Amino acid sequence: MSAEQDQILDQVTSNEYKYGFYTDIELETLPKGLSEDIIRMLSAKKKEPEFLLESRLKAFRHWQTMKMPEWSHLKLPEINYQDIIYYAAPKQKAKLKSLNEVDPELLATFEKLGIPLEEQKQLTGVAVDAVMDSVSVKTTFRETLAELGIIFCSFSEAVQEHPDLVQKHMGSVVPYTDNYFAALNSAVFSDGSFCYIPKGVRCPMELSTYFRINAANTGQFERTLIVAEDDSYVSYLEGCTAPQRDENQLHAAIVEIVAMENAEVKYSTVQNWYPGDKNGKGGIYNFVTKRGICKGDNSKISWTQVETGSAITWKYPSCILKGDNTTGEFYSVAVTNNHQQADTGTKMIHIGKNSRSTIISKGISAGQSQNSYRGLVKVLKNAHNVRNFTQCDSLLLGDMCGAHTFPYIEVDNETAIIEHEATTSKIGEDQIFYCNQRGIDTENAIGLIINGYAKEVLNKLPMEFAVEAQKLLQISLEGSVG
Amino acid sequence: MTTLELQEELAKLYNKNASHIAEDTSELINKHRQQAFEDFKRLGIPSKKNEDYRYTDLMSYLKGEYSYEIAPSKFSVDLDDLFRCDIPELDTFIVLVLNGFYYKQNNPVGLPEGVIISSFAKASIQYPEIVNRHYAKYADTKLDSLAALNTLFAQDGIFIYIPKNIKIDKPIQIINIGFSFKNLRITRRNLFVIEQDSSASLLICDHTLCPRSFITNSLTEIYTGDNASFNVIRMQNENGNSSQISNTFVYQEANSRFSSNTISLHGGLIRNNTFAKLNGEGALNKTYGIFFGDNDQHVANYTHIHHAKPHCESDQLFKGILDGNSTGAFNGKILVDKFVVKTQAYQRNNNILLSKTARMNTKPQLEIYNDDVKCSHGATVGQLDENALFYLRSRGISNQEARHLLMYAFADEVIADIKLDPLRQRMNEMIEKRLRGELARCENCKVHHLGN
Repeated sequence: MSAEQDQILDQVTSNEYKYGFYTDIELETLPKGLSEDIIRMLSAKKKEPEFLLESRLKAFRHWQTMKMPEWSHLKLPEINYQDIIYYAAPKQKAKLKSLNEVDPELLATFEKLGIPLEEQKQLTGVAVDAVMDSVSVKTTFRETLAELGIIFCSFSEAVQEHPDLVQKHMGSVVPYTDNYFAALNSAVFSDGSFCYIPKGVRCPMELSTYFRINAANTGQFERTLIVAEDDSYVSYLEGCTAPQRDENQLHAAIVEIVAMENAEVKYSTVQNWYPGDKNGKGGIYNFVTKRGICKGDNSKISWTQVETGSAITWKYPSCILKGDNTTGEFYSVAVTNNHQQADTGTKMIHIGKNSRSTIISKGISAGQSQNSYRGLVKVLKNAHNVRNFTQCDSLLLGDMCGAHTFPYIEVDNETAIIEHEATTSKIGEDQIFYCNQRGIDTENAIGLIINGYAKEVLNKLPMEFAVEAQKLLQISLEGSVG
Repeated sequence: MTTLELQEELAKLYNKNASHIAEDTSELINKHRQQAFEDFKRLGIPSKKNEDYRYTDLMSYLKGEYSYEIAPSKFSVDLDDLFRCDIPELDTFIVLVLNGFYYKQNNPVGLPEGVIISSFAKASIQYPEIVNRHYAKYADTKLDSLAALNTLFAQDGIFIYIPKNIKIDKPIQIINIGFSFKNLRITRRNLFVIEQDSSASLLICDHTLCPRSFITNSLTEIYTGDNASFNVIRMQNENGNSSQISNTFVYQEANSRFSSNTISLHGGLIRNNTFAKLNGEGALNKTYGIFFGDNDQHVANYTHIHHAKPHCESDQLFKGILDGNSTGAFNGKILVDKFVVKTQAYQRNNNILLSKTARMNTKPQLEIYNDDVKCSHGATVGQLDENALFYLRSRGISNQEARHLLMYAFADEVIADIKLDPLRQRMNEMIEKRLRGELARCENCKVHHLGN
């Protein structure tokens, strides 16, 4: 059996990145490097209002005083921030009115990725705000959404059309002083998505953004802001694939979610950026700050993520449970293979009474990868009757990989009930044997077991994503047991 | 006072007394001081910014005026009459350590041949070969500044040596006493060597016999040879003004078994750091602890269990009950190296908060570099079970009594692991008294209390 497993392991670990292709589109770029001038140019190019430029400069000045954080369980390479192009926009002739006007090559790219922009959009009921190298190219279903008063557009558009909303909420959850990469993003963010759900509206479809990093040497600095007013509901999807490339690419995004009274926001991610080749060469650096605040009572924020890509992932989608009776959830599957490194987890800050949080984290590491869970559950003094349940499991495939767990639990209120449990193990030989015995070959057995292992999280994904995620797991791992 | 000021004060203290400190110890000990001094100067006193001391604010306990004794105190203590940390039906080889110094009149009689229980300072001269083989080999002064500080000031403590093939049924008991008319800084250094195929149990009791403040920096290095077995039961019962930082470094050879049960009953600051290296196949390590906190106490347990060889097993269990303004911390780590297969490592931390102002921080960690392992950890923070309380109340048991029963049962998991019956009973009694608030201090020591 072990020879067969070795073979399977070999096959899987030598899998090349399936989505590696490069689209040749003319780009309008700023010169390399980072300075106040570059930021001014960037801001001017985007015709931004004064307050935004000010906040960018403030963030930049703050960033200059900061140092790259060293506490993570990652081997971080030296990053030359002067060697990055901070703005690259696909050239546009004029404002686009229909799909026909979109660059056909761009459309072909989306076709390859299977993004439902055309007919599929009606079938799948997905409104897509496709972000390609920083500028939104096409937004679908805008009208349908607009009827309900929902705003779903690119961040730049929001800045132009709804500056008051942007000014009110931007930076309210992740201030520019938050951390090194948040400061960097606040200074140079290029574009992203903006979503506003008015009072009492239940968004009828899954909102989805496909991010895609394209041009070489373009750091991508997305900024997403979701505001859900009282009694509203939205489910938001974010999915990523990136073309194969040898040079490392930096990605430092910010996602902010504001949930008012009785609002519910579901944020799902499938992340499959280029992880580098077998030898750990290339790959995306993914340093993301994601945080939501349950501002109003009875509100709920739920993060679901399937992380399979990126050379380095540094990401902690968090919830600040400020209102009473609020709920925070975090479901994560993080897969690392070859030389990938991931330090991911969540923070649940309980401020409101009766707030509840659930954390389910499933790590899978293979090859020579390192996969860490890092989480914080914090209960403040006046947060009575807080309940938290945390489970973080790690599955190890192969004798060269590592799985680590660093949970922090800080309880300052005696009525809290906090539970944390974690396990680390490999796939049991007895489990494989059980399947073999029933006529399931080893490869399928392992696929079955891994899917079963991640099921708890995959179940939380919207339908369209669940299928994709399951496929991703199969591609990146199936059978790779040592 | 800042950490830097304290660091300078301690450096000055050492410079002033360097020659006296090195007087009674052999060159084997003294040769390590220079390196330790450099390490200490480089590392400084850990502040809350140090990840390992994130939850322990050392400075708030360590500041203040303290004197330092470089020679044994002149008090005379009659072991039989004045101090009886008596455990009925338990006969032990008893030795006393007074303010960090081996008490002259100690006389453990009837030891099996070859077994040595003596002053650490004396041992460094009398048994240079054994001491040289183990001293400062397991305690890494480069990483831990308090270990460096201890190595710098190390003068005396207990040395235990059990040669090959000796099984001692009668436990050894060390009583550490703090007794002074002034606030005092104490440094204690122990070395326990259990050679292959031997076994022994050790009971350590920490007491303060007066209401003065003591800051104790205690460091113990333990070596267990192939197939050796060593149990350590430790009871910490010091006054609320005192701080104790205790580092234990365990080095285990193949198939050795080491277990420790630490019962922290009282003390201002208790910080227990346990480092274990399982460096032989088949080694077993059990690190258990129960702690109680009230008033402004802080109890922190830090563990670092390093699996360096395959087929080893480790098990950690720490339970805490916190009342008043007390704070507790657990910071545990399991580290499994590459290629260290068939490892089993477990870690659990359960805590009960009894008051509004009590606080618990816990950080159980796993760091695993290999796939063929079974590792798990769990941590909980909660209250006494309402349903269980109701069950007891409905059977006519008073609220207070019911709560005591539940806490007692909570603690029992750690105590039940103690193998010596009389000792386990005694610990149970102590815990019961502690829960009822009757155990302000060891009652036998009352006569010594100053200012009473």
